[in-house]
Amino acid sequence: MSSKGIRDRVAVVGMGCTRFGEHWDRSAEDLLVDATQEAFLATPGIRRSDVDAYWLGTLGSGQSGLTLSKALSLDYKPVTRVENYCATGSEAFRNACYAVASGAYDRVMAVGVEKLKDSGFSGLLRSDPPSDGTAAELSLTAPAAFSLLDPAYCARYGVDPADMRAAMTHVAWKNHANGARNPKAQFRSGVTKEKVEKAPKVAGRLGVFDCSGVSDGAAAALIVRAEDALDYTDRPMYVKGLALAAGPALGASDPEYDYTTFPEVVRSARDAFSQAGVTDPRHEISLAEVHDCFTPTELVLMEDLGFAERGQAWKDILDGAFELGGRLPVNPDGGLKSFGHPVGASGLRMLYECWLQFRGEAGQRQLADPRLGLTHNLGGRPGSCVSFVSVVGAQLG
Amino acid sequence: MSAHGILGYAAYLPRHRVQLSEVGATLGIAGGRGARVVASFDEDSTTMGVEAAAALLRTHPAAPGSVYFATTSPAYFDKTNASAIHAALGLPAEVFAADLAGSARSGIAAWRAAAATGGLAVLSDVRTGRPASPDERGGGDGAAAFLFGDPAVAIAEIIAESSVTTEILDRWRTPGEAAGGQWEERFGLEVYLPLVKRAAATVLASANLERADHVVLVSPNSGVVKQGPKAVTGTVSTTVSPVGHAGTADAGLGLADALDRAAPGETILVLSAADGCDAVLLRTTGRIADSRQASPVAEQLTDGIDVPYATYLSWRGWLEREPPRRPEPDRPAGPPSARSARWKFSFTGSACRRCGFVHLPPSRVCKKCASVDEMDRRSLAAAQGSVATYTVDRLAFSPSPPLIDAVVDFDGGGRYTLEVADAEPARLAVGTRVGLTFRRLYTAGGVHNYFWKARVLGGAPEGAERSTAGAGGRV
Repeated sequence: MSSKGIRDRVAVVGMGCTRFGEHWDRSAEDLLVDATQEAFLATPGIRRSDVDAYWLGTLGSGQSGLTLSKALSLDYKPVTRVENYCATGSEAFRNACYAVASGAYDRVMAVGVEKLKDSGFSGLLRSDPPSDGTAAELSLTAPAAFSLLDPAYCARYGVDPADMRAAMTHVAWKNHANGARNPKAQFRSGVTKEKVEKAPKVAGRLGVFDCSGVSDGAAAALIVRAEDALDYTDRPMYVKGLALAAGPALGASDPEYDYTTFPEVVRSARDAFSQAGVTDPRHEISLAEVHDCFTPTELVLMEDLGFAERGQAWKDILDGAFELGGRLPVNPDGGLKSFGHPVGASGLRMLYECWLQFRGEAGQRQLADPRLGLTHNLGGRPGSCVSFVSVVGAQLG
Repeated sequence: MSAHGILGYAAYLPRHRVQLSEVGATLGIAGGRGARVVASFDEDSTTMGVEAAAALLRTHPAAPGSVYFATTSPAYFDKTNASAIHAALGLPAEVFAADLAGSARSGIAAWRAAAATGGLAVLSDVRTGRPASPDERGGGDGAAAFLFGDPAVAIAEIIAESSVTTEILDRWRTPGEAAGGQWEERFGLEVYLPLVKRAAATVLASANLERADHVVLVSPNSGVVKQGPKAVTGTVSTTVSPVGHAGTADAGLGLADALDRAAPGETILVLSAADGCDAVLLRTTGRIADSRQASPVAEQLTDGIDVPYATYLSWRGWLEREPPRRPEPDRPAGPPSARSARWKFSFTGSACRRCGFVHLPPSRVCKKCASVDEMDRRSLAAAQGSVATYTVDRLAFSPSPPLIDAVVDFDGGGRYTLEVADAEPARLAVGTRVGLTFRRLYTAGGVHNYFWKARVLGGAPEGAERSTAGAGGRV
C-alpha cells in the first residue's frame, strides 16, 4: 500500500530562507517576517493578501496559528500550526501541498521557524506531557540515542570501529566543506578531520562535530497549482512525491530491531519513490538533502534511502560517493551539520536548496543540470521515529 | 519462645566505597584505614530496602503478612515509604505496610512488629555526616530484611527478648538537618555499658545460658562498639556492625553476618544499644545450612568499587557541582504514576496472548500483531537479559554525570532502554549480561523518580582492582 500521491499537481514558485545561526538579535517573529518577505519579494505575482491559507511548522517556538498571523499581521486567513518532531517543517509543506492539490486553495504558504538559542541550554529541549517518569527519552539526549547506531552497525556488519569512525568523520568533513560554500549556513568554514575526531565527546563516540548545529532560523515556500506555476516564475519546482511514516515505535520494544536502520525511512522512501515514479533512486536522483542530525545517521540513511547497499555505506562515504563532485551529492548546502538545525525550519531549508539548485542559483555549490531532488527529514530517534521523504523536480513529467 | 521464627534473611550492601585515606588526604586529617560502604547517588533507604527484601523473597516466594520498614533516613515524610517497597515487591494490596522512622531503635521496633505478625522487617539506612565527621568515616550504608513465620520451618527461633529504656542525649538530629550531633562518646559509654550487660544477662538467664555462641553488638555510640564486645562475648564469635554504624540496619546487618556463619543449633545474641538496650536471643535450626542468603555479607563487603571522595560528597549534597547545561527533568506526576504503578514499581509489562510479543511498558494494542486488549501481565523485575547496544551520554542531565544507558533484551522476550546502575563503562559491551535493580533516577520538585535500572551481572572482571571495606568488622 502506498499513497496515490499528487505528482506534478502542485509547484513551488517562491522560497525564502534566513541565514541559520545564533540570532541573538532576532526573535521568532523577526525570523518569520524575514523568511516570508524574501519569498514574497522574489515572487512579484503573489502578495501577502493573495495567499489563501498558511501552514506553520514549529516544534516549540510558538503555539497555534497565531504565532504566524500575529507576526505577519495576517488578514483573518486560515493558519494551521503543525508539529511532527524534527520533521515539522516538512510536515507544514506536505499539508500545504495537499490543500492546493485538493482544490480548496489556489495559493498557500508553508513556513517553518525555530528559535532554539533563547533557552540557554545545549541541544534540543523536550516538551513532554506529565508522565510517570519512566521513558528513556526523558533523560537520554538525542546525540546519545543516535550514538547507539555506531556500535550496532559495527557489530552487524563486522566493520572495524576505526573505519566507522573514519566514515563518520568524513560525513562531518564533507558537510562542513559544503557549508563553507553557503552564505546562509551556520558554520561557514571547513573543518579538518583531525579537529572532528579530537572534539570533546558528547555521547558514545560522537563528539561536538558529529552533531548538527543548534540554531535559529526560518524558511518559507509559496505553493500554487502546477498549471498556474509559470504565471509566477519561469523556473518553478514541481512536487513529485510526499511521504510520511510514523512508526509504532516497534524498534524500542522489539529485540529483532538491531539499530542499523530506520524502518520508517525505508517505508517513507518506498512510498515517495512510488508516487514520483522513481525506480532507480541511485541513478535518477540528482541531489539529496537528508537528515544528518548526527554523522552516523547520514551513514545509515544512505542505505535506507537506497543510495548504498546494506553494510556498504561506510565504504561509499569514504570513496567520496556523496561529495559535491561524487556520484550523488548529499547535503550540498551543508546539511543539518553545517547549515544548522532550527527544527521547524529544517525541512523547508532542504527544499530551499533543491529550489536554488534547480534554478542555477546555488553559487559555489551549483551542480550541473540537476533534475530530481530528494529531501529527507526525520523526527524522533532510532527505534521510535517519524520519517518524511519528498521528491521534487525541475520539470513536469 | 516467640510464636514466629526467622524463615529467611538477606542483607544488601551498596557497591561503592570511599577510601578513608583519600578522605584524610583531601581534608588534611587522619582519615584512618579501610573504606566506607556508601550508597550510590541513585540509592536511598527505600531502594536498598527493596534490594534486600527482593533478594529474600526470591528464595521465599510466599507473600509476607505485613511489611515494616525502619529507617533514620526516610525518602519521604507524610507519605509511607514502605508502600513503595510493597509495590516494588509486587505484594498483594491486602498486605499491611508501614514505616517506623527516626532512630536506630526503630529497626528493633520493625523487627518486633514483623516477628509478632509473621511479617517482613526491612531495615535500611543511608548514614551521612559532615565532611571529617565521625559519622562520615565510621558510618556505613546498607539494608537487611527478615521474614518471620511458622517456627516449625524457621532457620532460627527467637528464644528470648529483653529491653531497657533510657533517656539520653547521646545522639540527636532535628528534622531537616543533614547531619546529627553527638555528645562525647565516653558519656554514652558510661550510660550504655551497664544496660548492655543487664539486657544480655536477662535474656541469657531466661534461656538458662551463661554465654551465647555468637554475640552481635551494635550501637550508634562508638565507645560502646569498642568496649562492649569485651564485656559480653560469645563462645564462637563476637562481632560488631560489618560496615560501621548503619542506623536501623545496624543490628540487621550484624545478625545477617552471624546467620551467614552460624552452625545449626547455635545461639546468637543480638544486642543493640540505642536509647536503652535491646537484646534478642536466637537459636539456629537444622534448616540454616540450606537457607542462608545467596550472597553473604562478607562476600558483599569484598565486592566494592571505589568512588572518588569528591564525587561522594556531591552525591550527598555536601559539594554542589555545576550541572550540564540542560534543563532539570520534570517531577513525575501523581496520576500517571498511579496508573502505571505495576510498570513503574514492579517492572510489569504485557505479553500478547495471540503472538506472545512482550511489551515494555504494557500496551493495549500489540505492536506485532495488532490484537487489542488481549494481553497478560508479566513482571520482569527478576528477569535477566543481554545488552543490545549502549551509550555514554555526557550531555544528559543526571545527578551524577555521565548518564549511561543500555538497550536491554530480556530472556524470554521484551526490550527496554534503561540506565545502567553502578556502571563501569569498561564492563559494558554488546551482549553483556544484566539484571535489574530498583533505583531513584532523580528527584525533581521534591518528588523522587523511582524506576528500574540495568545492572551488570557477575563478579569482578579479571584483573580489576576490587575495594574492600574495613570500617566495621569483627573484633
